[in-house]
Amino acid sequence: MEAYSEKVMEHFRNPRNVGEIENPDGIGHVGNPLCGDIMELYIKVEDNTIVDAKFKTFGCGAAIATSSMVTELVKGKSIDEALAISNKAVAEALGGLPPIKMHCSVLAEQALKSAIEDYIEKEKKTLT
Amino acid sequence: MNIIFLDYASTTPTDPEVVKVMLPYFTERFGNPSSIYSLGQEARAAIEGTRGKIAVALGAKSKEIIFTSGGTEGNNFAIKGVAYANEHKGNHIITSSVEHHAVIEPCKFLEKKGFDLTYLPVDKDGLVNPDDVRKAITKKTILISIMHANNEVGTIEPIKEIGRIAREHNVYFHTDSVQSFGHIPVDVNDLNVDLLSVSAHKLYGPKGIGALYIRKGTKVIPFMHGGDQERKRRASTENVPGIIGFGKAVEIASTYMNEEAKMLTTLRDKLVKGIFAKIDHIRLNGHPTQRLPNNVNFAFEFVEGESMLLSLDMEGIAASTGSACSSSSLEPSHVLLALGLPHEIAHGSLRFTFGRYTKNEDIDYVLEVLPKIVEKLRSMSPLYKKKNKVTNFSSKSAKEN
Repeated sequence: MEAYSEKVMEHFRNPRNVGEIENPDGIGHVGNPLCGDIMELYIKVEDNTIVDAKFKTFGCGAAIATSSMVTELVKGKSIDEALAISNKAVAEALGGLPPIKMHCSVLAEQALKSAIEDYIEKEKKTLT
Repeated sequence: MNIIFLDYASTTPTDPEVVKVMLPYFTERFGNPSSIYSLGQEARAAIEGTRGKIAVALGAKSKEIIFTSGGTEGNNFAIKGVAYANEHKGNHIITSSVEHHAVIEPCKFLEKKGFDLTYLPVDKDGLVNPDDVRKAITKKTILISIMHANNEVGTIEPIKEIGRIAREHNVYFHTDSVQSFGHIPVDVNDLNVDLLSVSAHKLYGPKGIGALYIRKGTKVIPFMHGGDQERKRRASTENVPGIIGFGKAVEIASTYMNEEAKMLTTLRDKLVKGIFAKIDHIRLNGHPTQRLPNNVNFAFEFVEGESMLLSLDMEGIAASTGSACSSSSLEPSHVLLALGLPHEIAHGSLRFTFGRYTKNEDIDYVLEVLPKIVEKLRSMSPLYKKKNKVTNFSSKSAKEN
């Protein structure tokens, strides 16, 4: 396998934002144990801005690094800005991923989208 | 940082004594063994002497040893060679579901070419049942190929018994002995095999050289066509330095095998015991006792193998995993799945394989850092949290399994 970039290894060694948020405004849960990657992403939203994000991940080095990076990228972003974060942006921020690990960045994007969708759903419910 | 190498099943460092005997064959004694002048004939004599040594180590005759480029070639040679030389008799081949890719892939290739393959299951410890072999044999069976010792989980298969069954039914029997040769006794007559593949770099010899034992009278088509080398069965100018090195490696292995196996078994059992004592939610993969002296393979629940490997690497330990994430297929190890492990647990496997230079302190070091690594990764794992909330999954039952 192709080696990981320094940035990936750095995020793997010192993952940012590990853990859960109590009473989160949105939770994203993606992946399944069969394929070896599961991500849970928690967001806290204030005035349409993501003020905090945390994650828990079962997976390889790339899965952990992309989870860490996506939580970093999303903090301080508006919901619309966050929705625009693509898997490529996550991979690029990590200095690239080996081709067979690109699916980890896809998973990170999906985890984020799923957390935001959960937030939007909850918002709708509180409004109605 | 010193690297603690615990991946001897993948490869071994070449013994300095081996390198020493190889060197003159690159520079001074570089002759082609097919050349008639003395420089060539010296090289010829040297490789024939080595062939004799390897034959003795395997309990075979010199003429039954063909040098190959390694284990993968030996397995391809044996399987495709027997299949195509005997297709007039039948097209059925029996193998197991835990073979190395170098056996499985040639079998799949033959399947595409019209051969009929049976992949026998194994039990939870990785053992093939000889009765299953007997039942699978048909009038069309021309070859049985079952590995001697498993490269991932270390389980030693009942080769002698399977060989007896093969012989009763007049079916050729091949075993992939890459992981066992030089580490546990391997004798072609004791094991009742007709073909057996070995590789030098798994026993402190150089990479790129191996041998295939072919019992006299076995019908096999040549692996490569060209010159008359290797009794016309494997054309190509001989890898003289490699062969010489292989011979020395076998000589050293034969001398120290028993002593080494004892030492490795002690280290193995120490690591197994230590891991069970320090980490819960785990299972030992492979047979508890009928396994290679140097193999330890565990599945750690709720964590993924590659992230454990990377973490171990950061602590200076080189090991291996059956997780999908370290392969290009994204499928976990077929061996672990064949043992009945669920996918998510197969993803969390780690293999430590020891060797000649492994020290007692290395095991202590693994036992010091591994529990911390597993704990850190579990603290990040969404599976671990859920598991703890729902039930306390019994690690006791995992141990008993």
